[in-house]
Amino acid sequence: MNRRKLTSITAAGLALGLLASCGGGGGTDNNGATGFNAAAERVVNQSTKTGGTLQGALSSDWDSIDPGNTYYAFSWNFARTYGRALTTFKTGAGDAGLELTPDLAQGLGEVSADGKTVTYKLRPNIKFEDGTPVTSKDVKYAVARTYARDVLPNGPTYFVDLLDAGDYAGPYKNKDLNAFTGIQTPDDQTIVFKLKQPFGDFDYLVSSPQTVPVPQAKDTGAKYLEHPISTGPYKVDSYVPGKEFILSKNTNWDASTDPNRKQLADKIDIKLNTNAEDIDNRLLAGSLDFDVAGSGVQASAQSKILSNASLKENADNVFSGRLWYFVMDEKVAPFDNIDCRKAVQYATDKVSLQTAYGGPVAGGDIANTMLPPNIVGHQDFNLYPTPDNKGDVNKAKEALAACGQPNGFNTKILLRSDRPHEVSAGEALQQALAKANIKAEIVSVPAGQYYTRFAGAPNYMHQNNIGIAFTGWQADWPTGFGFLQQLVDGRTIKPQGNTNIEEMNLPNVNALFDQAAASKDPAQREQIYGQIDKAAMEQASVVPFLYGKGLLYRNPQMTNVVISFAYGMYDYSILGIS
Amino acid sequence: MTRYILTRVLGAVLMLVVTSIVVFGIFFIVPRLAGQTTDQLAAQYVAKDPSPEEIAAIKQKLGLDQPVVIQYGRFVKGIVVGREFQFGPDTEYCPPPCFGYSFKTQRPVWPDLVDRLSVTFSLAIGASIIWLVAGVSIGVLSALRRGTFFDRFAMIIALAGVSLPIFFTGLLSLALFKPTGVNYVPFTDSPFEWAYNLLLPWITLAFLYAALYARLTRAGMLETMSQDFIRTARAKGLPERTVTTKHALRATLTPILTLFGLDIGLLLGGAVLTESTFSLPGIGRYAIDAIGNNDLPQVLGVTMLAAFFIVVANLIVDILYAVADPRVRLS
Repeated sequence: MNRRKLTSITAAGLALGLLASCGGGGGTDNNGATGFNAAAERVVNQSTKTGGTLQGALSSDWDSIDPGNTYYAFSWNFARTYGRALTTFKTGAGDAGLELTPDLAQGLGEVSADGKTVTYKLRPNIKFEDGTPVTSKDVKYAVARTYARDVLPNGPTYFVDLLDAGDYAGPYKNKDLNAFTGIQTPDDQTIVFKLKQPFGDFDYLVSSPQTVPVPQAKDTGAKYLEHPISTGPYKVDSYVPGKEFILSKNTNWDASTDPNRKQLADKIDIKLNTNAEDIDNRLLAGSLDFDVAGSGVQASAQSKILSNASLKENADNVFSGRLWYFVMDEKVAPFDNIDCRKAVQYATDKVSLQTAYGGPVAGGDIANTMLPPNIVGHQDFNLYPTPDNKGDVNKAKEALAACGQPNGFNTKILLRSDRPHEVSAGEALQQALAKANIKAEIVSVPAGQYYTRFAGAPNYMHQNNIGIAFTGWQADWPTGFGFLQQLVDGRTIKPQGNTNIEEMNLPNVNALFDQAAASKDPAQREQIYGQIDKAAMEQASVVPFLYGKGLLYRNPQMTNVVISFAYGMYDYSILGIS
Repeated sequence: MTRYILTRVLGAVLMLVVTSIVVFGIFFIVPRLAGQTTDQLAAQYVAKDPSPEEIAAIKQKLGLDQPVVIQYGRFVKGIVVGREFQFGPDTEYCPPPCFGYSFKTQRPVWPDLVDRLSVTFSLAIGASIIWLVAGVSIGVLSALRRGTFFDRFAMIIALAGVSLPIFFTGLLSLALFKPTGVNYVPFTDSPFEWAYNLLLPWITLAFLYAALYARLTRAGMLETMSQDFIRTARAKGLPERTVTTKHALRATLTPILTLFGLDIGLLLGGAVLTESTFSLPGIGRYAIDAIGNNDLPQVLGVTMLAAFFIVVANLIVDILYAVADPRVRLS
């Protein structure tokens, strides 16, 4: 429902954008193209103007610019300016940005009948920045090096987990690439992935920068981040961790081989570790074009933007793809009883939690499902409706009676002490639960080890009788599988680093994941994802309350600005400057 | 004199060794007392959801599987003779002084520190000149014109300078004078751009210190001016100018000099708030990130560097004491 609505808005937006660009007549079109949320609906300031320097900034350090060793959404988005993966997300507003399109490859993967072999053919004439042609072996090598977890520890381990490669330990211990059996390269243009079991979302997996080709002769291991060899429209001029990252045009990038990207600005200059308030001031003053992190401006800039019409028309309030939720551990009494869990579902005042996270603009929209609206598979439903989402004490007390605790019970809420929003949310929840006679004590722990020692360690939860734990989640790729598997598939429960904190282990939910993995039909998979969401919510141990949103500001000088739904921020692969 | 300097240098080295042992202790022993295992420690340096094999591999690579004593020994060895690291296809030699490789960015710590030192040094040098000149002259003038409008006005401003935190004055001055932000340009690239961009951080930082120095100088001057030797100087018939500059100011400067030396030493170890507020990529920012990431080699590197500057500044101040104040003689 919601998805369809978004699609129609997108279509209308595109139509408007086309009309506006017809009226503009020239290369640049500035008239009437901007407006609040415009970049969520169409490509703003469409232009083919070249030249200039795009100025970016990041309030933190980058984890790594090595495409095989990075794990932030903004980094994956930005990596597309200097690296081409086998597939990528389409450029476009709304749901279009969630569609996969071939990038290095000529088409999406060809899956064998048993689902265990996926084959891609590379486009011809793609070159590295030094002019040498890209071959399938360079892609194979790029994936092989992600097996060296001791050297490149940051990236995800999907390939390591999925590919049928025995106990291969990466190319640094054994330099012979033939030892890596998970991928075969029958010729320079063909790459064949061998999977342990079928995996429906494989095309999404290869959109990660881990498939950006790396020439074995140029690989310097952990030092490769100093100069990753480019295949995209830009190449790395210099990268100093914690300081700056500068790129310039890659002359060996050929637009005719790349329908997805643009090469407009001469340079991209990113300052790292810039003070967050300073970034906002620079954005509003026009000396900065974009905040690379893409998570939105700080509170003081929010109020400036929202109260000033001329600033507001250059701002976008968009879904980040993040879900804020809390869980009840099914192994900790009394939450081993589904009715006790339902009591909490009904007692929760989601509006107060939304306020704790900064309200509708800075925080996000109230959530009643696990899948956010910008994830493939999202369906609108609400299994535990309460008036205005403010909680229903009567229904909560009915559920309490059903679970044999008519006078309420005591429990503990676990949260991260250094996350101010989470702390306020924990207090808001405590108050809401108290109205239904559920007395909750707040236990706050440091965020740094939340998943390795506390919420992510089931033993800790059991031993300390932690019934409720706050958490948040963002998918590695925007489908129900990428989003939900680590949260509700019972087979992913781990002694530490566990993200299935509620310890949900339902045979029917687990089976649905297998069905989705085996399915070759995207429409069918999308449907299964919705079913998983519903089945997990019926278990009542997860309470989603917010689809995270951020207020992004775009410098009006920036051209071709559009929100990529896949990353929940501006699409960095087509930006220019006027 | 030589003997004095030698004992002080030896003391300084001992101080640095103790500092490194304390940092090591805080990093390894405190978490252990809080019930953390080495696996949990190592898990911070791998991506989310690490498998036990990955944790074991990272533990081995970072040397966390060794006893703390051996890890400390390796650290000291690196500083003295350098170490070898295996972070990719080839073995890398990290020449002395080798503070190791960062657990997070996997880059050698020392070159990054040297690179950032130029920023912190630029900030400290400009600011310290401004605050020393402005602070001392305002202090002297205030003392000489005690009770006048100038004195009262200057001291109110000074009170504001001491009381207002730098993240407030910094953000305010950025918003008022340079909303486009400060972009650090190395001195060697363009001395003019360097000074132009650093002017605002200099003044903001100097405002805080100048205020302190003005108040101290004023108090010191007032005290010295009432001493017997000033009366003697006046009785000898010396002109008032000579009395104030040659006799009173010189005696007042001794404690100011101590403070100045220590402040410079502290600043070189990283002006954390100023660098953060103005987004200057100096030692202070580095320290914050290092601590935030729980990155032991970076934390150790930055702590040792800061301690080194404090120790050296102390040493220089002690030696200068003898020069500035004739009453002090080193034995």
